[in-house]
Amino acid sequence: MTRHLDRREFMQLAGLATAGIAGVVFSSGLRGVSLAAAKGRAQDFMFLQMSDLHWGFTAPAVNPDAEVTLDKAIAHVNALPRQPDFIAFTGDLTHTTDDPQERRKRLAHVRNAVGQLKVKVHRYLPGEHDASLDQGEAFKEFFGKTHYAFDHKGVHFIVLDNVSDPKGMLGDEQIQWLRADLSRLDKEAPIVVLTHRPLFDLAPDWDWTTADGAAAIEALMPYEYVTVFYGHIHQEHHQMTGHIPHHAAKGLMFALPAPHSVPKKTPIPWDAGTPYRGLGFRSVQARDGGDDYALAELGVEKS
Amino acid sequence: MKRIITQTALVVFAAGMMAGWRRFATAAVPSGAEQVVHMTAKKFEYDPSEITLKKGIPVILEITALDRDHGFKIPDLGIRADLKSGQVTRVRIVPERTGTFKFRCDVFCGSGHEDMAGELVVVD
Repeated sequence: MTRHLDRREFMQLAGLATAGIAGVVFSSGLRGVSLAAAKGRAQDFMFLQMSDLHWGFTAPAVNPDAEVTLDKAIAHVNALPRQPDFIAFTGDLTHTTDDPQERRKRLAHVRNAVGQLKVKVHRYLPGEHDASLDQGEAFKEFFGKTHYAFDHKGVHFIVLDNVSDPKGMLGDEQIQWLRADLSRLDKEAPIVVLTHRPLFDLAPDWDWTTADGAAAIEALMPYEYVTVFYGHIHQEHHQMTGHIPHHAAKGLMFALPAPHSVPKKTPIPWDAGTPYRGLGFRSVQARDGGDDYALAELGVEKS
Repeated sequence: MKRIITQTALVVFAAGMMAGWRRFATAAVPSGAEQVVHMTAKKFEYDPSEITLKKGIPVILEITALDRDHGFKIPDLGIRADLKSGQVTRVRIVPERTGTFKFRCDVFCGSGHEDMAGELVVVD
């Protein structure tokens, strides 16, 4: 029997998760014994989501350990008892700079740093800090395509680029590509979308939106088992659009306040009493054939 | 430099209408009734960044992008425009309810982009 998570249940779980309660495992699907699993289409697996590294950011009041935060996170990943199948980096690998040479230096640094990870299968996509000033030119030199699809153990992954256009949009060409990619799939195929900005209007006045994200959601809506993972907002956040759950990840450089919780969006100052609070990465355990995901939020350092 | 004036049509205004605003229709309102507010946009600020308008008085924001392309977006009203470098963009609106409405640049323009914002304050 298939059971869909209703909005009330989702918000209860999201509330627990965003409250930072240790050990909460957030299941995005909660569909019980799924049709996909019954068909045996996909195997269980685990991947990590690492987001918003912002290499090059300097503000000691916000993160006095900016130069070592990424290294600590990498050490934590390497120490995990179970290594992931792959790691998805959901954008803003670097902090923006007007200098194209400096941008490349920062991208090169990140590429070298993540080369220290034990797991060598990485999936990248850009954030606006990486790509919006040069339409992704430098990013592509270091990390390849900015939108693409791949399959992993029966789950179809779609990587969307909503930042290379400085207006924070996907653009007609990419939306057509998305529709064409989806058209090959069964309506019950397990699908994961990886992107940087929220595809829905989380807080447009804070730039937490994708100008034409509604077109992507519309294209995804006919598919039964879609889950979106994104970055950009530097905090854990969970929201449904119809039956599609969207999960934002924490960042690895600075935390941002909850949407509209303060008059002006500014990074949360460093708390010496709880270093790295609000920073971290996420493990995603695919279960039941890819229509159910158990999420675990992990800190920069091993606790 | 030759000053180019671009008259920008506000493509998206349905949300603004729902929010109590409407696009100012040129044919319906004599140009003499329009209040003009001159603004500039540059990294990473609008000048002025706070604009007070009278409810019900049509206004044209004439925004000059001084240094590069920027954007102008009032999310709560469903209004946006591209600001092309070196050009003047005209944004026409009629404030139909009082309140404070934030605007911001929505074309990523660099390290201070997220601070490039301002407010429209509509009073009786």
